[in-house]
Amino acid sequence: MPPAKIELLPIRSGDDVVRVRQATRARAIEIGLSLVDQTKIITAASELARNTLDYGGGGEVTVEVVQAGARRGVRLTFEDRGPGIPDIARALTDHYTTGGGLGLGLGGAKRLSNEFHIESTPGVGTRVVIARWK
Amino acid sequence: MAIDGIQVLVRTVTGHEAAILESWLGLLKSGGSLQTGRIREVELQAQARTVFGQLRDALASGESDGHAAPYETLRETLADISRSRAIQGFTPTDTANFVLSLKEPILTALDAANAGDMASLVAGTRAANRLLDGLGLYTMEVFQTGREEVIGRQSQEIAELSTPVVQLWDGILALPLIGTLDSARTGVVMENLLQAIVDEEAEIAIIDITGVPTVDTLVAQHLLKAIAAARLMGADCIISGIRPQIAQTMVHLGVELNVVSKATLADAFALALRRTGRTVVRRAAPAPVAADDRR
Repeated sequence: MPPAKIELLPIRSGDDVVRVRQATRARAIEIGLSLVDQTKIITAASELARNTLDYGGGGEVTVEVVQAGARRGVRLTFEDRGPGIPDIARALTDHYTTGGGLGLGLGGAKRLSNEFHIESTPGVGTRVVIARWK
Repeated sequence: MAIDGIQVLVRTVTGHEAAILESWLGLLKSGGSLQTGRIREVELQAQARTVFGQLRDALASGESDGHAAPYETLRETLADISRSRAIQGFTPTDTANFVLSLKEPILTALDAANAGDMASLVAGTRAANRLLDGLGLYTMEVFQTGREEVIGRQSQEIAELSTPVVQLWDGILALPLIGTLDSARTGVVMENLLQAIVDEEAEIAIIDITGVPTVDTLVAQHLLKAIAAARLMGADCIISGIRPQIAQTMVHLGVELNVVSKATLADAFALALRRTGRTVVRRAAPAPVAADDRR
């Protein structure tokens, strides 16, 4: 199996969030995700990219196509070196926000993905990995 | 003893003023700027004379730093020239070359004036390079800023153009949204919508999101704010154009818009007509197909 395409994108501004969405859409179409699944992973990417920007003070995302046996999927890894999340369970609670948002982004991204993994160390940064499989 | 390069430069420039200027004008003439037809020769010469005069005056102060006070007028003139070139559509090369092409004549003059004195020549050349490079970079900076202003103005115009509020009927407005809804655009959208509600005395505003590719929580939040603001102005909102995949995604996200929504703009318009006590009826059977068309 040839190595899947890996793309590293910076998240520094609102325009970068749009670029993350476009890159995610391109990968999702490439592996043939259905329109609904495309929209789900793109929306989740949008939420997490915005979190990286607004709460993590900017960072980067790796967009890649992954393979497990015969299944293919899109995996996104968001990393920032921001203040971190002290209470992840609480951050995942719907309608809880420390900013001015709806407080649905992180939990929503989890519901929109097949795989969701978050690790955060206060003062060090946050890393969120999501994947959507075909 | 170290030789003061700037003094060498001042001596050379004042001593060979006419020759340097003539040579520079020649270079500018043969350079690319005139061929593009964007600037007339007379204008280019006038600019060159002004710049050269101001450079000579500034040099007379003995200051070698292009950012210092004696260069203030020169920098302003260069800024004006760069800005106008950015707007006239000159290439960055043409713009930078305007100042940088002055280097050649000055270096030639330095060479001629200090033929026997290597130390003075080197010091003078250094000073000339430093000064003119600095001024060249400065024109580029202003050029860039000028371009950015143009881009900024354009994106603002696009934002305003791309968010029209259309009146569908008495008291019924439609706001077709297309593209990415960021905070800046939402501000424009909301302002247009609220103003239109006042102007048209609208009771119902249909927000159509068929053209919005991704509805995430930020977009949803912007929509909620627009709906709440419209409600405060006495108008009800209907959301239309939610595609099936967007609907599923919004459910997973947990976003509730708490507003009537319809699949298409046509459905939303029909609902708006009903709510305002109107119906659309067919007054006659469809016109029969003309005999000529049948063939």
